[in-house]
Amino acid sequence: MEPKKVVNNKARVIPGFGLSLGVVLTMLSVLVLIPLMSVLGYAFRMTPQEFWQLITRPNVIGAFGTSLLCSLIAAAVNSVFGLLLAWVLVRYDFPGKRLMDGLIELPFALPTAVAGITLSKMYSTKGVLGAALARLGIRVSYTRLGLVVALVFVGIPFVVRAIQPVLEGLDRKYEEAAHMLGAGRARTFFRVVLPELMPALWTGFGLALARGLGEYGSVVYISGNSEKNGTQVVSYVIMQKLNAGNMDYESATAIALVLLAVSFLLLLFVNILQVRAARRTRERGA
Amino acid sequence: MKPKQKTEPAAVLPPEDNTHIGKVIAPPPKPTGALKIVFITVSVLFVVLMLVLPLVSVLAGALREGLAFYFEALTARYTRSALRVTLIAAVCAVAVNTVFGLMAAWLLTRFDFRGKHLLGTLIDIPFSISPVIAGLAFLMTFGRLGWAKPALDWLSGLLGTRVALVFSVPGVVLATIFVTFPFVSRELIPVLNTRGRDEEEAAALMGAKGFTIFRRITLPHIRWALVYGVILCTARALGEFGAVYALSKTRGKTFTLPLEIDALYLSGSADGITQAFAVSSLLVLMALVVLIVKNIAEYCGRKRDGR
Repeated sequence: MEPKKVVNNKARVIPGFGLSLGVVLTMLSVLVLIPLMSVLGYAFRMTPQEFWQLITRPNVIGAFGTSLLCSLIAAAVNSVFGLLLAWVLVRYDFPGKRLMDGLIELPFALPTAVAGITLSKMYSTKGVLGAALARLGIRVSYTRLGLVVALVFVGIPFVVRAIQPVLEGLDRKYEEAAHMLGAGRARTFFRVVLPELMPALWTGFGLALARGLGEYGSVVYISGNSEKNGTQVVSYVIMQKLNAGNMDYESATAIALVLLAVSFLLLLFVNILQVRAARRTRERGA
Repeated sequence: MKPKQKTEPAAVLPPEDNTHIGKVIAPPPKPTGALKIVFITVSVLFVVLMLVLPLVSVLAGALREGLAFYFEALTARYTRSALRVTLIAAVCAVAVNTVFGLMAAWLLTRFDFRGKHLLGTLIDIPFSISPVIAGLAFLMTFGRLGWAKPALDWLSGLLGTRVALVFSVPGVVLATIFVTFPFVSRELIPVLNTRGRDEEEAAALMGAKGFTIFRRITLPHIRWALVYGVILCTARALGEFGAVYALSKTRGKTFTLPLEIDALYLSGSADGITQAFAVSSLLVLMALVVLIVKNIAEYCGRKRDGR
């Protein structure tokens, strides 16, 4: 953690390296890394058997299944609609476009608990949309479908905002070339435009998925948290263990550790894709 | 879409037809017509159903029992206490994360060093892990079983008062700082990366001091990104639920607005639910302000670049 050792003044003209490195490392350690390490430390005090036993309880495995399945579906739905929204916002002009562009970030700005209670009410059998859907025989609130709806809500800005800048920077001349060479509109899109967007699409997908896996506030109301119906998510199970009357810190830590590992792998995956995308554009530019 | 592709004329022309030579090949068709209308309609429907309707629904739910009831819910003792805790947490989080964000952005864009990518990844951790884990992390550090508990007890003995971090306002503040940690730096880093470091280097070679360089050269470029980062950080800090939920258990003392909403909503009575929506409407207004300021910041930032 000593910042002084890595300083190499020869290459550095701009001042402030030591200061900023020191401040960043100190704050990062105190506020983020040390608390997270405590979780690790506590988990490693358990024997592997204990750990294994805690994370393979049926309700825990069920919760991981629900979380993974629902966030995968939600991230996939968001990839389709995110791509569509980004396309419409970049390529078309229509009245109200700026308003729509501004609204995309609403899920970032709206507190998750507020989103949670509202969605839960809207999609309940007495709600605005829920009543109509119930007549069609579709129940949303207190089912896995409700979970997916909530996760689509929280995840949509990640995909749109990942794709939008790439689409804006895309040179139209490749599409023109494809058109002149005889490719139809669909073929041009799938063979020319989409490959360019793929890294950004994966980034958005990964971010939405990571967010969905850990989401708590927006899903706990709409999901109903029933073990029998398979609507308990991982965050809910962890929180349940922490609640007064339960205080099962061992289980909470063990489950959290697995969730952390999954999230970290996703983050790594997203960063690799971002680096690769950056490299590709740099090569193109050179 | 398949059949449409077939009906479009192929660019390969019959060999004996030479009339195309010298002709300007028509540019690709402007994306007009049916497809455009379908795409825009689907997008608008999605935005209205998924984003606008929830917003309207909160406000409708809040005002269901009239204005008097609404204001009564907003001025209830628990609500006022929750608002106070929320504001304390948000102000602390914004202050800490702005300092951190500026330092981190400066470090990660103005210098090259080993482990830079790793550091960038570590800073982004709070962004991608479950807020519940953030709460758990502080419980494990300062809680009953935490390793730092003896240190806190020692401090309590020294000061003669009970110093507690979990289940108290400082714990709420810490959890809020944790979840909003990368918000400012994430907005600044891309802007500083695209600008490059030539101007700062030139200034440094001409003898400008660190803070002068920052104030005169860097800050004007990142002003709007900084505003946006601070705004996003504020929004998340005011609305954080999962992390704070694990660390705050006393209604009327350490509850924040989202926790108060949770308590009211789960009370089950129709009045409780309306009160929950009334308190929510405060946070909805906040979200709208965030969106408006964000768009202004973006617009001003773009105008600056396009100059």
